[in-house]
Amino acid sequence: MPATIPVEKDATKLPGLERELHLLYQMLLIRRFEERASQAYQQQKIGGFCHLYIGQEAVAVGALAAAREDDYVITAYRDHAHVIARGASLNACMTELLGKPTGCSRGLGGSMHFFDRANHMYGGHAIVGGHLPLASGLAFASKYRGEDRCTLCFLGDGAINQGAFHEAFNLSALWKLPVAFICENNLFGMGTHVARAASVKEVATRAKGYDMPSMIADGMDVRHMRDTVYTALQAMRKKPHPFFIEARTYRYRGHSMSDPATYRTKEELEKYKQEDPIADFKAILLSEGKLDETKFQELDREAKRLSAEAMRFAEESSELPLEDLHKYTFVDGADR
Amino acid sequence: MREISYRQALNEAMEEEMMRDPDVFLIGEEVAEYNGAYKVSQGLLEKFGPKRVLDTPISEAGFAGLGIGAAMVGLRPIVEFMTFSFSLVAFDQVVNNAPNMLTMSGGQFNIPIVFRGPNGPAHQLGATHSHATEPLYSNFPGLKVAVPATPRDAKGLLKTAIRDDNPVLVLESELLYNIAGPIEDKEVELLIPLGKAELKREGVDVTIICYAQTVRMALAAAEYLAKQGIQAEVLDLRSIKPLDRETIISSVSKTHRCVIAEQNKPFCGIGAEIAFQVQREIFDELDAPVLRVAQEEVPMPYNERLEAAVLPSQEKIIEAVYQVCYL
Repeated sequence: MPATIPVEKDATKLPGLERELHLLYQMLLIRRFEERASQAYQQQKIGGFCHLYIGQEAVAVGALAAAREDDYVITAYRDHAHVIARGASLNACMTELLGKPTGCSRGLGGSMHFFDRANHMYGGHAIVGGHLPLASGLAFASKYRGEDRCTLCFLGDGAINQGAFHEAFNLSALWKLPVAFICENNLFGMGTHVARAASVKEVATRAKGYDMPSMIADGMDVRHMRDTVYTALQAMRKKPHPFFIEARTYRYRGHSMSDPATYRTKEELEKYKQEDPIADFKAILLSEGKLDETKFQELDREAKRLSAEAMRFAEESSELPLEDLHKYTFVDGADR
Repeated sequence: MREISYRQALNEAMEEEMMRDPDVFLIGEEVAEYNGAYKVSQGLLEKFGPKRVLDTPISEAGFAGLGIGAAMVGLRPIVEFMTFSFSLVAFDQVVNNAPNMLTMSGGQFNIPIVFRGPNGPAHQLGATHSHATEPLYSNFPGLKVAVPATPRDAKGLLKTAIRDDNPVLVLESELLYNIAGPIEDKEVELLIPLGKAELKREGVDVTIICYAQTVRMALAAAEYLAKQGIQAEVLDLRSIKPLDRETIISSVSKTHRCVIAEQNKPFCGIGAEIAFQVQREIFDELDAPVLRVAQEEVPMPYNERLEAAVLPSQEKIIEAVYQVCYL
């Protein structure tokens, strides 16, 4: 694999070994990008809220490796990973964090609102559960047009108690819309444990009330994520219907940059760090002879280099001119 | 010219736009098999089939958001709220997802969607079903708000709204559905631009600014006032957003007196904004302070007599005109 590896938009087309290394590389890219972003946030180069995905990388990378290039993808506000895994450049993502017009949302969205139309990435959305009806609408549109593409909608465990979640689940099941709802259960809606928020013991159980098929995936295992989502998507393409996948995962950082995460024990955090999706997958690939330490270092160096380069690019990018302030409120009259 | 009802005018607008563009579809509660709670969508299911005219469960946030998602990828949904009082259940979708998407995505996703349905008080529906939501929705940049008062305006504005590439709310009125009025023949393509007010009656002594339900009250008031020797100009806004400042300013510059008849609560209402605009632009032209006729500042009572006391009326408009004319 060359030193610079393009993020493959349709990983299913890659040959076996490269496909596997690609999963590892994407997780590294996301991890190193966010570590760099985290530093920049502490240096006050990034404003607003910033929710890091560190620990959950296997979910987005695995799930999106199972998706087709033309599938629709939408997520909540912990969105950096999905946009990167979908193929956006680190430059565009880092610049968005710095709020500049070369960012993936021209600096108008920020950390919680990454969009990338070219890669069918329909946004980071910041009202918990509010994007689930949008996902139903994306799936509705593909069904309306007789297409076999699917919608992948990522959500957090906090969203499963919102009204919009239930309305979207009912509508999607009722109208047999091809949308895979992928719940990233990291155990906490901000500081409230899922057991203190949801009436069900298992998140996946929520699907039963809507006659929607569901599966539980190991969200710390990128292959398991990929294969689970692939299975769901295959079924959905044959015959449109929604699917619910609970991905069990864990975030290593606080809910957002300002959260010291005092609601959980050090022991719990350490336990999950032993299941680090990157370290684990690296070990598996090493043991299978698909990777050696030199190759791993090469991939990791590249991810770090691109993250540093993205920060340089972002800092050197110019600001949005104030004259553009009113340019994006309405389409007509706007010079898009 | 022929006469049709406001209801029929809206129905024609949807029918014509659905014929014209296969991406246009209608969703909402009871819009298909029931033919619409107020029969506005009568016959559309039969014409266009269940793929394009869809009954939804009672899930306003769900189907409003579904429409927005479909609009993100280029479909052009018409979302009917059985009443805009119920749109409040979908408030997050209407005020966050629809108008913010274009900005948040840096211009990548516009939302060509229409939210329509009856708005404002009807008759003895009580506090929860009588909301006039135009001040709420007018407060969100990125939304356009149309408030037709006549069949002709209803058809022309709705057709324009469906073709608009931005989210547009068409706020109708249950009390107007049965009202008939003159309109061009069906063969004539009737498009009325958003943001253009219309003089419904010319006058020189006072401008009565009105929209939706208050237009009929204002016209009746002007008729009465004419007999008293007061020539009132009746200016129907037709759209709250964009607001036709130019026509407002030009009319009040001519009459030097202004009464705003609005169907909502006065506090932070539509009249507050217009009164500000008028004093800001033509303070020196005013011969009297601008007055507003609006609802009383209370949740709507069920009792018929009390409800009438809360609502704007022809009599209250006449009284306000006397005041600005110092009579």
